[in-house]
Order: sequence, then C-alpha cells, then structure tokens
Amino acid sequence: MAVTFTLNGERRTVESAEGTPLLYVLTDELALQGPRFGCGLGQCGSCSVLVNGVERRSCQTPVSAVTGRSVTTLEGLPAWYAAQKKLARPPALHPVQQALIDEQAVQCGYCANGLIVKAAELLARTPRPTDAQIVQAMNGHLCRCGSYPRVLRAIRRAAAAIQVTA
Amino acid sequence: MSTRRDFIKTSGALVVGFSLGDALAAQGPPSAPGGPARSLDLKQVDTWLAIHPDNTATVYIGFAELGQGASTALLQVAGEELDLDMSQLTTVPLDTTVTPNQGGTYSSASINRGSPQIRAAAAEARRALLQLASQRLGAPTDRLAVARGVITVAGQPQPSVTYGELIGGRRFDLEVSGAAPVKSPREYRLVGSSPARTDLTDKVGGRHAYTQHARLPGMLHGRVVRPRGQAAFGVTPRVVSVDEASVRGIPCRILRRGSFVGVVAEREWDAVRAARDLKVTWDIAPTLPGNAALFTRMRSEQTQDRVVLDRGDVGAALAGAPHVVSQIVRGPYQAHAALGPNCAVADVRPDSALVISPTQDIYGTRTVLAGVLGLPAERIQVRYQEGASNYGHGTQDDVTEAAAILSQLAGRPVRVQFMRSDEHGWDNYGRAHLGDVRAAADAAGRIVAYEYQGWQHNWMNVEPSAQLAGTAPAERDGSLGVSPLNLGSMYDVANLRLVNHRVNGMGYLRGAWLRSPLDLSFSFASEQAVDQLAFLTKADPWQFRQRNIKDPRWLGVLDAVARAAKWQPRPAAAARSRSRVVTGRGIAVGTHLASYGGAVAELEVDTRTGRVRITHLYGAIDAGLAVNPGNIENQIGGQLIQTASRMLKEEVLFNTSGVTSLDWNSYPILRFSEAPAVTAIVVQRLEERSTGAGEEVMAAAAAAVANAFFDATGVRLEEYPLTPARVLAALAG
Repeated sequence: MAVTFTLNGERRTVESAEGTPLLYVLTDELALQGPRFGCGLGQCGSCSVLVNGVERRSCQTPVSAVTGRSVTTLEGLPAWYAAQKKLARPPALHPVQQALIDEQAVQCGYCANGLIVKAAELLARTPRPTDAQIVQAMNGHLCRCGSYPRVLRAIRRAAAAIQVTA
Repeated sequence: MSTRRDFIKTSGALVVGFSLGDALAAQGPPSAPGGPARSLDLKQVDTWLAIHPDNTATVYIGFAELGQGASTALLQVAGEELDLDMSQLTTVPLDTTVTPNQGGTYSSASINRGSPQIRAAAAEARRALLQLASQRLGAPTDRLAVARGVITVAGQPQPSVTYGELIGGRRFDLEVSGAAPVKSPREYRLVGSSPARTDLTDKVGGRHAYTQHARLPGMLHGRVVRPRGQAAFGVTPRVVSVDEASVRGIPCRILRRGSFVGVVAEREWDAVRAARDLKVTWDIAPTLPGNAALFTRMRSEQTQDRVVLDRGDVGAALAGAPHVVSQIVRGPYQAHAALGPNCAVADVRPDSALVISPTQDIYGTRTVLAGVLGLPAERIQVRYQEGASNYGHGTQDDVTEAAAILSQLAGRPVRVQFMRSDEHGWDNYGRAHLGDVRAAADAAGRIVAYEYQGWQHNWMNVEPSAQLAGTAPAERDGSLGVSPLNLGSMYDVANLRLVNHRVNGMGYLRGAWLRSPLDLSFSFASEQAVDQLAFLTKADPWQFRQRNIKDPRWLGVLDAVARAAKWQPRPAAAARSRSRVVTGRGIAVGTHLASYGGAVAELEVDTRTGRVRITHLYGAIDAGLAVNPGNIENQIGGQLIQTASRMLKEEVLFNTSGVTSLDWNSYPILRFSEAPAVTAIVVQRLEERSTGAGEEVMAAAAAAVANAFFDATGVRLEEYPLTPARVLAALAG
C-alpha cells in the first residue's frame, strides 16, 4: 500500500503493509532518530510526532492515517517553528531544545523526543503557559531519569525566549 | 620500535633528552576485527589517549556513557592533567577492539575507579611532552608553561610548540609509570568546574543514535517469543508446541533453540506481528509465592546465614537499655523498566561475531557471548551503544544474547528490539528484601545497641535467552547483601551486630543490581528505627543524629541538608494536625558503599484517600573531590525523583505462575504532576578521593520519606511503596 504525506516539509511516498504503525515507517524506511520505540501502547510518549501540528503517538497511528497530512518530527521542529514565527531561516534548534541544553535537563535523553514535541505543541498554542498548564500538557510523557523538575524549568525558559523572539 | 621499551625496562626511569620522533609508528584509525590492534594494555599511555596533529586529543575511556555524564567528567580529568580545554578533547564509543577494559560501568565506578587511571596516563603523557618540548625550546622542563596544549618558556610568548607538533598522529610508546607528577587539587581549573555535558546537543536534536537506532547491512528484524512475564527462576519454561500456522500470511521465519523461540523478518512490523500472533504452548511450573506470600515464604526459608559483623554485646545492651525499638521492612521487587526497551544488533558468522549492545560491561558480555555462541572471546567484537535509562543490570545482556542467538540461527545480521512486556516481564529485578532492626538508646539519648538482620536471594547468573536456550539456571555467589557500609556504621555505637540470611533464589524472580541495590530497603528500616529512638527520647531527629554521629563527613551531609531545608528543631510528630490532609518532614542519612548521603523529605498525606504527595526532597552528597559538581547536582535530582517513584509507586506484581507487571499501567512510575521540587547539595572535598555520586543519596531519601510520613501521621511504615491502599491500612492500624 502506497501512502503519501509531508514529512518535515517534504513530500514522501512510502510502500508499507496495511496497518503498519507510522513509527516503523519513520525509523526503518525513513531512518529518522527522533521518534523512537518506547512501549508500542501509547503509554509513554517516546514516539511522539506532530500531525498537522497536533501531538500524536506514532506507535499507535497507522501510516495510512497520515495520508495527505503533514508530519513533523523532532528533526523538523526548528523549521516548523521558523514557519510559525515567519523567520527568514530556521534556528539551529527549537527554543525548547535549546532550553533543555541550557538547563542541562536531559540525562539519558530517550524521553526527550516526546517531551520536546509535546512542549513545542504546547507553546505553539499557549505561548505563556502557567505551571499548571505545563504540568497538565506534559503529564502523559514518562521520564525514567527523573528530569521532570529541570524540564519544567526549561519549558518556562523556552516560553520566555519565544516572547523575546516575538 | 623496541628500543624505547627495552630502555625503560632496563633503566626503570625516564630521562630527559630522548627523541620519540623516529621510533614512533603512525597511529591509524581504530582497527577492524582481524586488523592491526590498537594497544589495550592498561600500562601503555597510547591505550588511554592519542594526540592529533591539530593539537586535539582523543581519550579512550573504558566506562559507558549512560546519560550520567561520566564521559564529560573523565575528559575533565584528562584535560586537567594535560592542560587542554574541553573543546580540544573528545572520546570514542566503547569497543572491545578500541577502548581499554576498566571493568563494568556499575557500583558508581566511573569516577571512583576510572579517574585515577586516566589521571596517571594523562600526567605521564604531559611529562613526556614537556621533555620533548624542553629539547625543542632549549629550556629545562621546570621552566616550561602549558596552556591549551601550547608549550612556552615561562614568561615568554615565543618561541612555542604545540602538543600536536611534538607528537600529533604518532604513538607515545611509553609506559604509565605512576610516577609522573599530578596536579595538586589547589591548582585545578577544569576539575571542580561544571562544563556542559558533551552529549546533549545531539540528544535533543535527534542526532544521537541509541542502540535502538543501530542497523547493519542485510539485517533482519527479530523479536523473542516467550511466556508473558517470567515464571520462577529455578524451572525453565518448556515449549510444548509451536503452531506455525498461526502466523501463516506474515512474511517471517520462526527460529528456535531449546525453549528459546524467536521470529525474524525483513520488515520490523512483520516481526512485531509474528511475535504477537505466534501461538506457543508453554509448560510453566506455578511455583512462585506471588506477592501475597512473598515475605512469609522468605522468612520461613532455610537460609544460608552469615554474621557480617558482631561487635560488643548487642543482646546485653538491648536488655539493659531504657529505650528499645524494633522496625521491620518488606521491600518489593522493583523493575529497571528502561524507558526504551533494550535492543541489540548482532552479526554472527561461523568464525567471528560483531555485536552492538547497550551492555554496562563490553568485556564481560564478550566472555558470556563466547559461551552462548561457542566462539573464542577474541573472535567476538562487542561495541557499546547507549540505550535508554540504564540504571543497573536490566535486560541489556539478555537482548544482546537474543540477537546473537537469532543471528547465528538465521545466518544473517539480526536486530532484536524487546517489546514493552519483554522489558518489564523478563527483567533482572532489584531484589525483594525483608529486614528486621532492633536498636536501643540510653537515657542520655545515645545509641547503645544496633542489630540488623536481612533476608534476600542473590543475583542471577544466567540471562533468560541463555536459560531458555538450555543453560541451567544459577545464582551468583557474590552479591551485595547486609553490609556495615550502609547499616549502622554511620553511628558511633559500641554494640553492633549484622546478619545476612541468604535465601535460595530458585523459587523466586530474577534479581540483579538496580540503582543503589537494597539500600532503599536497608535505610527504610534502619533510619526509621533511629528516628524512633529520637522520638522516644523526645529529641529532634536532626539533633539526635548529630549527637550519635562522630564522622565529620557524615555530619557534613547531615548538617548541609538540614540547613538547606531550613530545618527547625522539634521532636517528630509534635506538630500533627487533625485536618484531612496532614503534612510532615523527615530527615535521614544513607549511602551506597562509599560516599555520604543525607536527605530531607517534605510531604502531604490525604488521610481519607491514602494518597501521599511528596512536595520537596533535599539531597546532599559528599563524594570526595567532585570533578563536575553541576553534573552531580543533576545526578542528585534524578536520584531524588527516582526515589520518590520507588517509594510511592513501584512494585513488581506477580502470581504463582509469573509476573503480571507488563507495562506502564501495571507498573506505574512517577509522572510529571507527581514530581516533588528537588534541592541538590554537593559537599565539595578537594582533598578527598573521588567516590561515586550516581546512587548515594537514594537510601537517605527513601528513609526521609518514611520519617516524614511518621511526622505527619504518627505511624511507622513496614512496607513500601506507599500506595493508597497500603497507607489506609497503616493508618487504620
């Protein structure tokens, strides 16, 4: 079955068996390293991507469900942000990615994909989130290393940085 | 080539005035299997580092970067001695053909054991470089100065020569004598500072390849097919039948060795579906105790007993003391539960193998694989690639063996990605522990007797893949158990007795080390007992501990954490309220083997629902010389959050046939909304040897939570995690 969708701004057509989750197409056929397998059950958020700007678990999304849609992965977030903010060229990193470095918030970093994708979605919709809004948005993303307090600080920092940019 | 080595052997010392130049061989890239080998001899400087013509250096570190930042800290140690900046230093992934064998990356060893070796090699290299520069610049070495690898005569900017010009791209061919001068801690500029982690830009950008991303040409995707959730360790599940028709229509192959069953396919989704759908009938012995009978069975076992320490006369001291307490702990099996299930890739040929693995110990894994595959160890290359959240011996080696066995059976490279239920259900869990403490204080509030008796089985020595393929199950002889390092020894107590009861693990779940092994249980019992003595003597828990601790380093972390938490002295449970939600605070000390940890917990208990919310955890660590204090703060933060998770939520559930905690719903961990605030304190000791900092505050934090619960409720806890049902039962008495 051929499926055509937009991936990080480029049109892609892939050939996959019926029902193949988007995650395996992204990691195996398209060799992306952002979305990653965590549970295959939609419980942890390691595999998150944006589909038309909305965070989705790619392990639970059949590739056919993104036909004609726009999929943004961790790798595509700087360009996605630039388009949103009408910047002349994409920054090296999305402000959330930069803020995680500035706060040295990441340990093993495996969950960082989902945390960043979810926080980017949050800040696109709610540029000045309260702590309660941040916690509510992030609560479906698990981290094993215990980075939650620093990630909270990083999202606050990213929100502030975006205000300055705007 | 041999002249220099012979010279060193015969003279036993280095002299100024030699020339390395002509004798040096060009240093090629890391060798492929069968190619010319890099030096892995721990005595050779070249094993540890290489200077490049552009005046940068590669440091060959034998410890795995697990996300704990150890590689950054070890580069700081090398850079300090070499007078290079972080931007001039890099390291390479672990590989049995490239990096030295420094032992496994566990027991908080990277800095503890790793930094002296790397420091000595870097110092040796610096001394040799200064000798070369001395000739080149025509000045004695004691008049030379080095900055960023540029050597000058002190006080003169010119002439100068760089490390790269002196030796770039060539070997030192020099032994690490251990006699090269190292810097005094007072001179440190890089060690003790907190440069940013070197791995984060790639990690947040999606450019960091985890083991889960490793691929080999011609590779098949593999999955294992096992009973959902492990059964009792002693009896290997047996395959009764495999219904191949159940996966007809899925392009895959079913492979089998004994009771080890796997599937391989060209496409990953086909392997996933085939493993899910393949009908295998298993014969499983229902011999586990289940959660309900776990601790009564452990206590009733015939155990192998060892008196670990017996000082003074505990019995007499307990009998004669005015204040005597006893405290029990029942600590559950807890899972490593890596956020990304482990994954490995193997290419096994008839006479050699290449394996890409998230193992904590590439050399140890190589030895085990040699047995599993029937190949000589030196024909196996193990390359480390970081996996997800590696906090001990989980399934890293199991998945590596699975990939190797499937590759051997398939005759092609195979990648095995464990599914969530494999990871949760076939883990080597942190062991269940049963502990009894008795302790006594005199009328003046001094601890006069302390006794700890602990029950647990040992670590397992055979991974599930090997066991299912036919290796008989066996336990390790040596495993961490009851130990004076973390029980009682922090207090100044004359009568001390520690007893370890080794349970035979054959009827139990798999066990291995999980971050701070057993320590959370130890201190949960031990520090509640100490806290109760404070309570009985109407003392503030901080002041009671101050009175009973002599060691300044234990006092250092205790006082540092109390001050950070703005602790106001008063006896525990003296400020209890009658409201529905009650609050409390607790303090404790603890460790894992070497460093010193202190913690304060603040929490709320909803007495109607039994829900406990930890609001703030403070943790202090004294790990001697802190190479990268910022990184240790991050480690403390992680330890505190993980401890909150383990104290409030984590417990492996199982019945008589097997484990039923198979995903994040049946084995929940702490979520974002449940995370307490954390405060990390690093007690810097420049003159002390560096010890571990990756697991040393968890024990204290676990006990601080229990003591805070008592402060809030007046009730002592015997079991964790503090689930609502357990809390309500405890409150009901």
